[in-house]
Amino acid sequence: MIPAPFEYARPSSLEEAIGLLAERGEEAKLLAGGHSLLPLMKLRLATPALLVDIGRLEELCYVRDEGDVVAVGALTTHDTASRHELLRQKIPVFSAVAGQIGDPQVRHRGTVGGSVAHGDAASDLPAVLLALGGSVVAVGPDGRREIPADQFHLGFLETALAEDEVLLELRLPVPAHPAYGFEKLTKRAQDWAIVGAVAVRREEGAGLGLINMASVPLRAAAVEEALAAGAPPAEAAERADEGTEPAGDLNASPEFRRHLARVLTRRALEKAFA
Amino acid sequence: MSLELEITLNGKKVAAEVEERTLLVHFIRDVAGLKGTNIGCDTTSCGACTVLLDGRSVKSCTLLAAQAEGRQVTTIEGLSPEAGDGSDPAASERMHPVQRAFHENHGLQCGYCTPGMVLAIASLIDEAEPGTLDEEAIRLGLEGNLCRCTGYHNIVAAALAAARQTGAARR
Ligand SMILES: Cc1cc2nc3c(=O)[nH]c(=O)nc-3n(C[C@H](O)[C@H](O)[C@H](O)COP(=O)(O)OP(=O)(O)OC[C@H]3O[C@@H](n4cnc5c(N)ncnc54)[C@H](O)[C@@H]3O)c2cc1C
Ligand code: FES
Ligand code: FES
Repeated sequence: MIPAPFEYARPSSLEEAIGLLAERGEEAKLLAGGHSLLPLMKLRLATPALLVDIGRLEELCYVRDEGDVVAVGALTTHDTASRHELLRQKIPVFSAVAGQIGDPQVRHRGTVGGSVAHGDAASDLPAVLLALGGSVVAVGPDGRREIPADQFHLGFLETALAEDEVLLELRLPVPAHPAYGFEKLTKRAQDWAIVGAVAVRREEGAGLGLINMASVPLRAAAVEEALAAGAPPAEAAERADEGTEPAGDLNASPEFRRHLARVLTRRALEKAFA
Repeated sequence: MSLELEITLNGKKVAAEVEERTLLVHFIRDVAGLKGTNIGCDTTSCGACTVLLDGRSVKSCTLLAAQAEGRQVTTIEGLSPEAGDGSDPAASERMHPVQRAFHENHGLQCGYCTPGMVLAIASLIDEAEPGTLDEEAIRLGLEGNLCRCTGYHNIVAAALAAARQTGAARR
């Protein structure tokens, strides 16, 4: 399968990339690792007129220690994130989850920024970002702005990014305690999560992100509240499916997904508090 | 619409004018004429199209040739060029450790998955901290490569043998 024809540009700076996006509007698409976009283009589910390849912009490849926050440049690959010493020490949940995305070949190409910007509720890293209570930084013609993770995903493959904005970095708050729980149910190796849950310890209670339980990545707010009010993890986990709207598909009915959310949340919490 | 591209393929520069939408696997097979890189699923799942990009395994059905422009691509034909084409037994001694291990452990049947498997394992071994690869890490590391013949057992045995030889295997 070959994508529909398109023009290809490889800007040599972030500024130039933003200029191209501003000029061409919705007919332009950014290309990072290409491991979500190219499969869609091969199926002709996406047919951008212009691909703006930012894949080689070194200025978006970094992991920076800012004390209580670690800033991860959008073009950091899953592979780099999974091996990065600073991340492994300060935010092990992020490197561990990045190291379980897809397979080694996918991790060599896929980027953390692409994962979040793509806006797929079945992706793993957006749920980690939510559990950590993190944010993203976007840059456009009018400068930068910071968007909290829980205001970033708006709908199916829809995010708060404007057409002419580039996701610059993920901002990950260093959790109160490095212990975490990550549970992802797949039927086959390499698959996306049928449902997944990420638990990160907070000063009190825990932050919880859910994978594939609605058209957007979700925070399990009811569980977070119950924990903060002192409920034991097993009891709090019973509320994991509150406010979710899981889809039904070949892998699971909505009811089964709700059940999985409760079970995987309980397991994730048990690991985080073990 | 077209692009002038130059890719260093197995150490040699290959330049061509291609359409923007040309996938790396098509550049390798159709432009450079190297047919060792196979297309299986064409959907990033099977790993038959695995090649090395600057030394790291990637699925060439899911890269544009333009994304590899100016970079080093290694296919199965280029993994151990000094070993020749098999007609000279003395030269065959110079096979890459992973190729040799496949030979010695009977790591293939039809051979369709083999080029991708060999390159995926070469990358896995190269990236591993010395003394860390065990059977579980190898099986996980081959998540992205499907084989419809062997049942994987001899492939994993070959990977372990090669890892032992290079010092990547768990001691
Ligand atoms: C076989 C396979 C298995 C996978 N398994 C998993 C899995 O288990 N879990 C998981 O989470 N993911 C999985 N993925 C997806 C993978 O993580 C992708 O790499 C990731 O979702 C997208 O990153 P990318 O760099 O490849 O983005 P691209 O495909 O290049 O881009 C994706 C989208 O984001 C936009 N974009 C990219 N970068 C930016 C930026 N900096 N600013 C603004 N917009 C941007 C693009 O325009 C495009 O719309 C899998 C992919 C494959 C092919
Ligand atoms: S052909 Fe590329 S992964 Fe199957
Ligand atoms: S040997 Fe036939 S597919 Fe692997």
